[in-house]
Amino acid sequence: MSGLSFAAPLLLLALLALPILWWLLRAVPPAPTKRRFPGVALLLGLRDDDAETDKTPWWLLVLRTLAVAAVIVGFAGPVLNPRTPAEGSGPMLIVMDASWASARDWPARIERLGEILTEAARAERTVAIQPLTGPLTPPEFRAPRDWLPELAGLRPAPYAPDYAAVADWASGLEGIGEVVWFSDGLARDRDAAIAAMAPSRVIQSPQPVLGLIPPSYADGIITLTAMRAARARVAADYPLNAIGPGPDGIVTTLATGMLSFADGEDTATLDLSLPPELRNRVQRFEIGGQRSAGAVSLTDDALQRREVALLTAEADAETQDLLSPLYYLNRALAPTADLIEGALDDMLLANPDVLVLADVAQFTASETGAVTEWVENGGLLVRFAGPRLAGSDVSRAEEDPLMPVRLRTGGRTIGGALSWGEPKTLRPFADTSPFFGLPVPPDVTVASQVMAQPDPTLAERSIAALADGTPLVTRKVMGQGQVVLFHVTANAEWSNLPLSGLFVQMLERLAISTRPATPEAEDLADVTWVPSVVLDGFGLPQDAARFAGVSGTVLAEGLLGPELPPGLYAGLERRVALNVLGADDTLTLAEWPLNLPVEGVATQPELLLMPLFLTLALFLLAIDAVASLWLGGRLRGAMPLIAGLAIMLMPIPPAHAQNNSATDEALALLASTDIRLGYVITGDARMDDVSEAGLAGLSAALTRRTSVEPESPLGVDIERDELSLFPMLYWPITERQQIPSDAAYSALNRYLRGGGMIVFDTRDADVSRFGGTSPNARRLQAIAQPLDIPPLEPLPADHVLTRTFYLLQDFPGRHASRDVWVEAAPDAEEVEGIPFRTLNDGVTPVLIGGNDWAAAWATNANGQHLFPVGRGFAGERQREIAYRFGINLVMHVLSGNYKSDQVHVPALLDRLGQ
Amino acid sequence: MSDTTLHTPDTLRARSEEVSAYLPALLADAQHLAATVLLGEHGRKRAGQGDNFWQYRPAQPGDSRRQIDWRQSGRSDGHYVRETEWQAAQSVMLWVDAAGSMTYSGHKDRPSKLRRAQTLGMAIAILAQRAGERIGLMNLPEPPRSGKAQLLNMARALMDPSETADYGAPRPQVLPNGSRGVFFSDFMGDITATETALTTAADRGVKGTIVHVLDPTEESFPFDGRTVFQSMTGAVEFETMRAKTLRDAYLDRLAARKAALQTLCARTGWRYYCHHTDGSAEPALLWLYAALERAR
Repeated sequence: MSGLSFAAPLLLLALLALPILWWLLRAVPPAPTKRRFPGVALLLGLRDDDAETDKTPWWLLVLRTLAVAAVIVGFAGPVLNPRTPAEGSGPMLIVMDASWASARDWPARIERLGEILTEAARAERTVAIQPLTGPLTPPEFRAPRDWLPELAGLRPAPYAPDYAAVADWASGLEGIGEVVWFSDGLARDRDAAIAAMAPSRVIQSPQPVLGLIPPSYADGIITLTAMRAARARVAADYPLNAIGPGPDGIVTTLATGMLSFADGEDTATLDLSLPPELRNRVQRFEIGGQRSAGAVSLTDDALQRREVALLTAEADAETQDLLSPLYYLNRALAPTADLIEGALDDMLLANPDVLVLADVAQFTASETGAVTEWVENGGLLVRFAGPRLAGSDVSRAEEDPLMPVRLRTGGRTIGGALSWGEPKTLRPFADTSPFFGLPVPPDVTVASQVMAQPDPTLAERSIAALADGTPLVTRKVMGQGQVVLFHVTANAEWSNLPLSGLFVQMLERLAISTRPATPEAEDLADVTWVPSVVLDGFGLPQDAARFAGVSGTVLAEGLLGPELPPGLYAGLERRVALNVLGADDTLTLAEWPLNLPVEGVATQPELLLMPLFLTLALFLLAIDAVASLWLGGRLRGAMPLIAGLAIMLMPIPPAHAQNNSATDEALALLASTDIRLGYVITGDARMDDVSEAGLAGLSAALTRRTSVEPESPLGVDIERDELSLFPMLYWPITERQQIPSDAAYSALNRYLRGGGMIVFDTRDADVSRFGGTSPNARRLQAIAQPLDIPPLEPLPADHVLTRTFYLLQDFPGRHASRDVWVEAAPDAEEVEGIPFRTLNDGVTPVLIGGNDWAAAWATNANGQHLFPVGRGFAGERQREIAYRFGINLVMHVLSGNYKSDQVHVPALLDRLGQ
Repeated sequence: MSDTTLHTPDTLRARSEEVSAYLPALLADAQHLAATVLLGEHGRKRAGQGDNFWQYRPAQPGDSRRQIDWRQSGRSDGHYVRETEWQAAQSVMLWVDAAGSMTYSGHKDRPSKLRRAQTLGMAIAILAQRAGERIGLMNLPEPPRSGKAQLLNMARALMDPSETADYGAPRPQVLPNGSRGVFFSDFMGDITATETALTTAADRGVKGTIVHVLDPTEESFPFDGRTVFQSMTGAVEFETMRAKTLRDAYLDRLAARKAALQTLCARTGWRYYCHHTDGSAEPALLWLYAALERAR
């Protein structure tokens, strides 16, 4: 199939003309430049040293000849890998395995299918396409063109075809000219179908088929096994991803590993050790980069381990191991659950699934609240009785919220040395009890227990009872969680229940621990299992709602098909994963009859070389142009052009590669080496320009009039930039401004608490009063809602802002509203002898107004005002006052209450004199 | 400007507007340039007609009574006459070469040599006019006059594209004895005409300066490759295969031309100044002003 051919080979004869061209080119020297030059008068009579350059240099000739040759060859239409038409005739039937194993290179298959259709169209044959995993219908032969739109709709199924049915179907076919078989590459029971159809060729990808066997879990290690069916069994590594919801609830890759197939091996195993938090969240494992349902393994309850927090009141008491209230619980739970021990607060922070309290009687009020909240959010609180509980007053007169029943004082002891009667055995579990069906060993006896008060609810809350009917285990539902009380101790002191196997089974039934083993058929039977997650052929989770529930027997059989897609099936309180590959499955390569040609999926596409040659010719001509210019001495003027071309041709370095930290640092340096006023970038470019111009004008005024000499102002992106570098932020409010993110709010609050000042300017004092309902004011309310803003008051006449530099009573900008609000003084206590209030020590963290100050301050680079203020002299006066207000503002920010103290100086001196 | 092919009545209006738009620009340029030079006093250092006080002398018989300065005489017994310094008007005659070669500019950001020469000429004329001198163009038949109107006349005449030759030569029509002359040209053409003009002028007691206006390209000759050099009208052509090889020879000839002009100046008592159009005009004007001043 490979090789080089020409669409128009006769054109190549033009190459014979190249020598003539050579001769022609050689005879023509480069054209002269014409120049107007007055100095020509001085040149007259001069002679050239040599006349060498009146002939074209040989290398330029070679260049031009090559360019022309490239053009000739290019137009001759060279084609690499020309397609040869396929033989065969009659209607063509294309059958596709279309199983999960085909999914790995499905697009390539579809592309190949398209090529075959194109070929068939050229040969004017009709075609029928039959995915074997789909419904088997009599082939419908249509024009290849009609099939093209349907190609995109073909999908691999997450199961294998039923070849017995295929053989039946194939035996009924008639009038087929040729059969092409798209194989998925795995050995299957195809013999009968092949015999019935006699395909003329098989198309099969040489890529290995990869499959993932469901993970097994032991001793905290998840073992994952992958298999492959490959012709060349060379060493290869594949990433393995554990996928599940992250802490933020977004499904992401929780852990990765590397599956390494050794040379000549068909299996690779990977041991993953994940923290329980992570492991419980894993929803599926998949081989990275393999789009196939076989490379995905869903996890079910077998992997999930519950977190159980154990708490006993005797944590510090030195008891022997066997007497410890937690000893048997530990033994029973350790294999199947993750245990946490520690202080109650710490354990609740870990949000365990189950909290086991062994003989813990009293909680503080806050602990009670915390535990109650945790239970109501779905926690399972399991309490065991004991001497402390029996001796305490918990749940005596009133039912304790964390106890399922009220208890009678003292409890009872039966069968002891000083008591009558025999230790009691257990009554068989009622069918309403979660323990229903567990065999009750006759040797389990109870010697002591706490007694429940007979209450109306007692019967329904009792889930296990002694032979005489006294409740042994009681349960109460609280919110989404429940509280369970074992009326005996967790150790063997009061009964031998914790020693028995029944204890473990009861814990399991309470879902305190989980069953580690794979489900048996009888476990699954009698229940209808509803798919909660279903995989498609590519291994992607699908909406399971359109699939009906399946009966347990079907699920136990595990025969995947259209009715039973692989997925996660839920029933009762457990979930079972049905994966494409079971633990015992193996993958083997398909073997085809020897006389059957097997083609790869990917073919070398036809490569038209014409563009390549023409581009080459263009490139050579471009070089020739530059060289001619150089020879003619005209390169000097063309230099910028050539440089521009070179820049255009150069790969553009990715701009985003620049690290943000560098710009952050640059901004920090800018802002910290000099005083700079900052404005909040609103996103409205025009508004931001006004802010910048305004602060620039104010900075200029400050430099002119005061010892504060700020550099040019900086725009601050509150989402990204460090705010603490700016003494003051000017924040104009626009209607369309974005609400800042939470991170930005916390940064802003940090800034305000750290002594920063934000000047909010709603810029609408001409139409609205403070607190009004102008759009800007509403926006300000929305923006300022989460900010840590103290109580405000209108700027009082004796506020330090009125006298930090100038004595002011008005604070106009472009508008001259007097509504300017600052932090309210804590309490206006009048101090004797001091004419002013002692004001808050710091600077007011916010100043809110609507006078559009920036517009009044705004100047351009030449110091001309950008916006008119007022009219005539009064307007100029207003602008001057606006500047004075700005200066006072900056002085206030920079000097704090220093000025406030200064105005007290006469009074202070007066006092010192006394 | 020098395009005579467009000299039709249809284009007259457009051309007139173009020229009239250009004229104030020339004047403004020149005024601006002249403003950079402070006017000094150049009296005749003796009593005569003028505005400035020169001395008091005792009245002599023959002095009319009106001539007596009564205020000074009242302070003493004698009678005094107030004499003013003689301020005789001088004539400054200009020649600005307007030939084709002067319209050359080596770079689009540089003014042409002609534009620069016109600016310089007008500037020195403005300075002279302010000092009360008479000014005129030596290639016109009109005698030199003083006053601002003459400035406008001169500007109009300077802008008049009458010259069509490739290389200009000074052919003074009016050159009063003892006046000052200033020649602006690139002196690329035949030097004998310049020699004749200069020696004739020197014979008539005219002193002055030669301002050699050159484009930097003419000084550096930055050309290479096969080139056909043409004069500005295209009348003269010269072809070379490699322009670079001619550079040294060209520069030698240019240096020889400068040397010849300097020798000529030294012989006739004139002064020589070489000005490049890439530099600013002020230094040239200052030099010119000082040179004319000294020659007085």
